[in-house]
Amino acid sequence: MVFFVKPANANPAFRALADPTRRAIFEELTRRGEQTVHALTRYAGVSQPAVSKHLTVLKRAKLVRHRHEGRETHYRAQPDALAPMVDWLNLYGAFWRDRFDQLENLLKRMEP
Amino acid sequence: MSNPAEGTRTLVIERVFPHPPEKLWRALTESPLLAQWMMNNDFEPVVGRKFQFRAEPMPNWNGVVDCEVLIVDPLQRLSYNWGVGGAESGLQWVVLWTLTPAEGGTHVRMEQSGFRPDQQAAYQGANYGWQKFFDGLERVLGGGVG
Repeated sequence: MVFFVKPANANPAFRALADPTRRAIFEELTRRGEQTVHALTRYAGVSQPAVSKHLTVLKRAKLVRHRHEGRETHYRAQPDALAPMVDWLNLYGAFWRDRFDQLENLLKRMEP
Repeated sequence: MSNPAEGTRTLVIERVFPHPPEKLWRALTESPLLAQWMMNNDFEPVVGRKFQFRAEPMPNWNGVVDCEVLIVDPLQRLSYNWGVGGAESGLQWVVLWTLTPAEGGTHVRMEQSGFRPDQQAAYQGANYGWQKFFDGLERVLGGGVG
């Protein structure tokens, strides 16, 4: 039995979080709950258009959700979207342990 | 499962086998032997050699792992890229095997780490280390990462 992650599922989350600024923004949202674009801009230390761009990528990966309130846009983290990454770690762990078992069987069969 | 020294998230599997390193090295590097415990392959222990592991295709995976040999350090270290899903949209890892003589056999360590090559610089040099991120991930999800 070969276990493999479904790349199509894990990919957007992996890609979105491979960028250190986006990871920092996402972490900040998981730590402190919902925040405005303004607050995130102060935190991230990059321009607001840059933060908005990062938020769009996070949104596409379903890692954040937004809502409008007056002139402000509020963002909050959606940690459920991380599940495929956790699946990846668990599945590959199972995959390699299975391979190790088969390696052990092969070694027993091989000439010394 | 983690390697704090590198500040990146790494999947590590280790086991001591009651066999000498020479035998382990053969199982890891001789294509027909490798096929018996990993997958069918056209592996050759030559740095720069591109090869594939092939398994039965399944939904969301065509059964192919695209690899390139990175390190061949006889009886000690073997490393190759591990790419699933094609060069454009796929995911890239690096697999590193380390053999160490141990009492009564050989300690084998398999380490799978990394991302797409174009992302490695970004995440390895990041102030927000991957390790820290995954610690947060485990916290957020209430554990569950084996």
